[in-house]
Parts: sequence; structure tokens; C-alpha cells
Amino acid sequence: MKPAIYLDHNATSPVRPEAADAVAAALMLTGNPSSAHGFGRQVRKLMEDAREKVAALAEASAGGVIFTSGGTEANDLALNGAGRRRVLVSAVEHPAVLDARADAEIIPVDGNGVVDLQALDDMLAASEEPALVSIMAANNETGVIQPVAIAADIAHARGALFHTDAVQAAGKIPIGLKTFGADMLTLTAHKMGGPMGVGALVHADGVSVGPRVLGGGQERRRRAGTENVSGIAGFGAVVETALQNRHSNDMAILRDGLEVRVKQAAPEAVIIGENADRLPNTSCIALPGVSSQTQVMTLDLVGFAVSSGSACSSGKVSPSHVLKAMALSDDLASSFIRISLGWTNTQEDLELFVEAWNGLRVETAANGISVAPAA
Amino acid sequence: MTANNSKSPIYLDYQATTPTDPRVIDAMLPFFNEKFGNPHSRSHAYGWRAEEAVEIARAQIASLIGANPKEVIFTSGATESNNLAIKGVAHFYKDKKNHIITCVTEHKCVLDSCRHLEQEGFEVTYLPVQENGLIDLEKLKAAITDQTAIVSIMAANNEIGVIQPVKEIGAICREKGVYFHTDAAQAVGKIPLDVNDMNIDLMSISGHKVYGPMGIGALYVRRKPRVRLVALINGGGQERGMRSGTLPTPLCVGIGMACALAEKEMGAEAERLRMLRDRFYKGIMDRLPEVYLNGDLDKRLPGNLNLSFAYVEGEGLMMGIKDLAVSSGSACTSASLEPSYVLRALGVEEELAHTSLRIGLGRFTTEEEVDIAVDKIASEVERLRQMSPLWEMAQEGIDLKSIEWANH
Repeated sequence: MKPAIYLDHNATSPVRPEAADAVAAALMLTGNPSSAHGFGRQVRKLMEDAREKVAALAEASAGGVIFTSGGTEANDLALNGAGRRRVLVSAVEHPAVLDARADAEIIPVDGNGVVDLQALDDMLAASEEPALVSIMAANNETGVIQPVAIAADIAHARGALFHTDAVQAAGKIPIGLKTFGADMLTLTAHKMGGPMGVGALVHADGVSVGPRVLGGGQERRRRAGTENVSGIAGFGAVVETALQNRHSNDMAILRDGLEVRVKQAAPEAVIIGENADRLPNTSCIALPGVSSQTQVMTLDLVGFAVSSGSACSSGKVSPSHVLKAMALSDDLASSFIRISLGWTNTQEDLELFVEAWNGLRVETAANGISVAPAA
Repeated sequence: MTANNSKSPIYLDYQATTPTDPRVIDAMLPFFNEKFGNPHSRSHAYGWRAEEAVEIARAQIASLIGANPKEVIFTSGATESNNLAIKGVAHFYKDKKNHIITCVTEHKCVLDSCRHLEQEGFEVTYLPVQENGLIDLEKLKAAITDQTAIVSIMAANNEIGVIQPVKEIGAICREKGVYFHTDAAQAVGKIPLDVNDMNIDLMSISGHKVYGPMGIGALYVRRKPRVRLVALINGGGQERGMRSGTLPTPLCVGIGMACALAEKEMGAEAERLRMLRDRFYKGIMDRLPEVYLNGDLDKRLPGNLNLSFAYVEGEGLMMGIKDLAVSSGSACTSASLEPSYVLRALGVEEELAHTSLRIGLGRFTTEEEVDIAVDKIASEVERLRQMSPLWEMAQEGIDLKSIEWANH
């Protein structure tokens, strides 16, 4: 059987060849980057070269890049390491942000999943306590892009620090501390086609971030532990690709084509967040009457890897907190799938996908389950 | 500077990091390519296959230390494991107990975690070590109170390689009803460890110290009787809530393979390294007087030596043996000129601590490399001593400690 067509890049993206090569080359080297001898300096150089690239992508100085084990750790560091007791996060954040602080105040979103800026301002105005606001650049489930630059201005006007989880946005839309006016920004390599197990918290000069993991003086005392050198080398390689492809709109063309075909085939289908700005690679499609589970399982059997929300601890079948926060009807919230495209996908993949998805839709209808919209 | 390059420079810093074994790299690479997948994706075969690979790796780690795979959680490395074990247990049991026992020669990440807990109001006992680097078990027994939540004593030291009496410590802790954590970053895969035989409740493991990749480690957390801890990193709920974040499939596969190789080869490899280490030690001692071994010779990792060379200047010695990659302290702090706190804890005088070299031999070290290194070090020490007035005075029988130096 030929491998399934992979349409779940927001969960993880296959490693790009240039990143895999960089990882493999780094794994062949010996040396701890904190060692003073030649072996150590050689791997340190590899790491510092990658740091420069990540800094360029994030519009930061190299000194503002703290390498971590991934996005989850970087978010934890931002929310707990910046010295702010009061934290506000949007209702549609990734669990890594939502769970980083049990006492976080939740900023509501509108029906498109866009954060309510007036509510943010009101919440900030309600207390004198210096706050930290964390709003993701783009959502992992719907691809909806948040007005982070405006939110950052609001936060700053109220004396708050601003952090954005740019894990899903990086490599897909322009990001950076300057673009967003943010103080801190989270990245992870494996959502961009880099290796798993490496990410970064990037902060602006003058923003002080304290360590959560204590020990050796690595990462300028902001994160202890021997760095994941091979992962960092791969991260650097994929960031370089992202910088080169910054102005490409190939992904949007593919995704828009997919949605046109979906709507032609199934007029009852709903594209969630359609009226909001979205990432060019993400399509969250609801097919009323056919459960998410049925769709993903059937698609898996016929050779398409899609998902019904974020991967994480999954297994649990509970409605998406993102769609709930958007106040979608239960019918829509329980019948959506997420298609997320990446560098491996072609026009043909999507034609085949729509054919298969429509086949499942027609078959479900033939089995007596209504797929037509209620009159 | 690859693992198998036996020419100069010679890598003799296996306690700082070990080269990734080529067999480990071979096991990892497919997971960057055709076998990629998020092990937490439940809706397609890419995810299931990644999950299966991660679970095989977990079982490989468990097998090496005599644990159940369900007791092994993945972390980003031993530093995180140590933070999670010590802070996690202390925080979970803080309403009942507020005392922690550790030892002055622990790795910095253990000491820093303990200092952090002190700032939060916990009490910490830092056990001293004897001249040979080992703790005194009677002092441990005496330090345990009904307020003690956890004892954290490393299995083997990163600088002097001494192996603590882990089994005896485990027995004492079990008898007193106190959790026992051991930082086994340097010991796993080098010496036999069995969590049940040794009554270990938590154990930190590093990938890159056991010929696996950097950026991955593990924490063993006993299930019977169950050890509870507060997570450091939340969000996603992976690793049964103890450690959130996407598991890095290739790195997990790498540490798993590294542990499987260690389990198979550890016995013969330890024997080979012990012979090389003894050859190194004898080679130096035969040529040079006034060289001191730091830490116990017998209760020691097979590949480790830590030697102090009297009457030479530390910086000069390091400069003179640039072709040898050795360390003059733990890698994390070796850029600083502070004498090692581990050596000072043994009572090593400051001058001797400054002239110490940590020599770490490992899987790819050859007899030829040992002989070259011995000759280089001995020749350089001889050369430096030739130029040293102190050495000349000592040779003439003058007791340097009796001299009162004039200020100038």
C-alpha cells in the first residue's frame, strides 16, 4: 500500500531534506557546546549560526533567542519566567499556554475566533497589577490569525508585556517581534519542517526572562541543560528556508483551490473561520451530520492523514475548546476536520482528497444519515 | 572531529558528552524522513507508527534499569529530569514534608534546584563527602527526619567519577520511608543499575552521556509504591501529565537504541575501559612524581580519571596539551576560572584543584590514543616543571609551606 497523503502539517511537518541533512551532519560531530576545547567550540559555532538565523526570522538580536525543547517549554518560560503575576490569555490558545498558568484570565473571542480587543482593554483596565498578555499569532485548529499587533499596542498602553505563540504562524505568514510589536515570541522547529525536540523563546532586548529549568549556565542563564545541538542545527536550516520563502503564496493557492472544490462538491459544508484572516495552509471544514471521528477514520482507511483538532494528549474525544469558544453549534463543532497543508503537498493530493471526502459524504448519505442541511 | 577519528585532536572528554553512536544515528534517521509523525496524532497511521517507535524506546530504557516502561517518562535531558524530580516531589508533598537531603558534590542542576526550594522555604541538608568523594552513610541516616521528603544523591560524579553506594542509600531511604532520587546521568549504561534491587524511586537519565543524541533524557518515576510529583511544564498533558510537549520521535528512538546498545555491551566495554584507564593512570604515575588522583580509585566509573599535577600552572598545562580535548572542571562551568567545587569538597588544596585534569575515556577511545595522551601530558608537565622555580625548590627539599612570601 502506498503511503497515505499527509494533510496534517499543523500536528507535525515532515522534516525538510535540508534540515534532515543538517541534523545528520551535527549528530556525527562530537562535543558539548559548553566545553572550552576545539570539539566544544566547533559545535558551539554550529549552534550560534543557527541562533543568528532564528533571530533574523523573529526580528530579534541573537542574544534574545533562548533555545528550548520545543514550543510547550518556551510558552511555559514566557508565562512563568517574565516576572508578571497577572496573566491574560485568549480562549483559543494552545493548551501549552492555557495550562501554563492555572490563574490566567481568559480573553473571549468572537464567532470567527478572533480575540475581543475591547474585552482585552477592559480587563487590563480593571487592575493596576502589571500584567502579561499572551495571544497566539494564528490558531492551530482553524488557522485564524489574531490581530496581535493591535493587541500588543493595547497591552503596552496599559503597561503590560505582550507574548505571542507563533508556533503555527512561523514560516506561513510574516512574523517577528517588530511585525507584532511583541516582547516575546514562541517558535518550534517541527511545525516548520524542522526536527522535533527544539524550539525557542525569543525576547526583545531589555525584556528579562528568568530560568525555569535550573542548573548550568547555558543560554545565558535563562535555560539550563546541554543544548540539543543537532536539533538546533536542523532548526537553523529550516528557518533559512522559511526566510527565503517568505513571500511565496503557493500554499494559499493550494488551500483556496481545495475550499472551492469542497464547496462545489458539498454545498452544506461550512468552512470554519472563513470570514477571518487565516493561515494560508489551514482549512477547518465542518460536514454537518457526519462526526469528526467518522470522517478521520474513513479518510485514514482510504489513505489520507487529517485530524479533528490538536494532537497533544488526544485519545480523549472531547469537543474542541477552540470551536466552543467561538460558540459554534454542537452540530458544527462535532463534525469538523482539519486539513493542514505543507511543503510535501501538491494540487493532485488535494484533488484526490476532495474526491475521497465527497465519496465518504455520499456513502454516509446512502446509509440513511442525513447530510443535507436542515430545511 | 568524528567519533572514530583516532588522530589528533584526541577526544578525552566523555563525561562532558559522548559521541552519538553511528548505530544510534542509523536508527534515528528514518524518523526524520519516511517514518515521520507526531506520536500524539491518533487519527492516522503516521501518528500510530511514531507512537509505536516511542514506546519501543521507552521499553529499551526501562529494560536497562530494570523498570517497567510505564515508569519511564521522556524529558529534554538530565537537567530537566533533575529539576522535575526534586522540585516536583518537594512541591507535591510540601504540605506534609519540607526537608530535602542532597550532597555537596552533586551536579549544579541538583544544587540549584535545592537552593531554589530553600528560597521557597524548604530546608535542605547538604551532606559533606569524605576525602575519596563518597558520602558517609551514617551521616545520611542521621540527617533523615520525619520531615524529609526526598534524598537526592547522584549515582556517579561527573568530575571525579566516583560511584556512590546507591544500593545502601536506597535501603536506608526505603527503611525510613523517604523517597530516593539519583542523578544517574553519568552512570546509566556505564555500570549496572537496577531500580528495584537498589530501591531507587526516581532516576535521571541523559541521552548524550550514553552515546545517544542531545536534547533528550528520561526520568524514572516509581509506580509501586507510587511517587507523585508536580509537573514543571504543563499544557497538552503528554507523559501522563508529568511532562507536556510533543515527544520528539527521532530523539526518543535515539536514546532507546543507545540504552539497548549499552545493555548489550556494557559488561565487556566496562572491562575494556577499566584496562585503558589503568593503563593511562599507570603511564602517568610511572613517569611523573607528585601527581594526585582525585576521588576513590576503585569505586569509580571505568572510564574516568581526575588528576592533579603539583608544581605546574593549570592554564599553562591546558595550553600545552591543546591537541587533547580534556576538561579542567565540569563542562558547564569550565569557561570560568573558579576552582571546581567538587574538588574543594574533597579537601583538595586550591593550587592542586587549579591543575586538575578530568580525563574521560569511552567507547571510541583506543589504546594508541591513551599512549599518545599519556606521553603528551607527561612531557608537558615535565617541561613546565623544568621552568618552575617552585619545582626546583621542592626538589632541593625546601618545604614551600614554610616560606613566608614577601608582598611586592
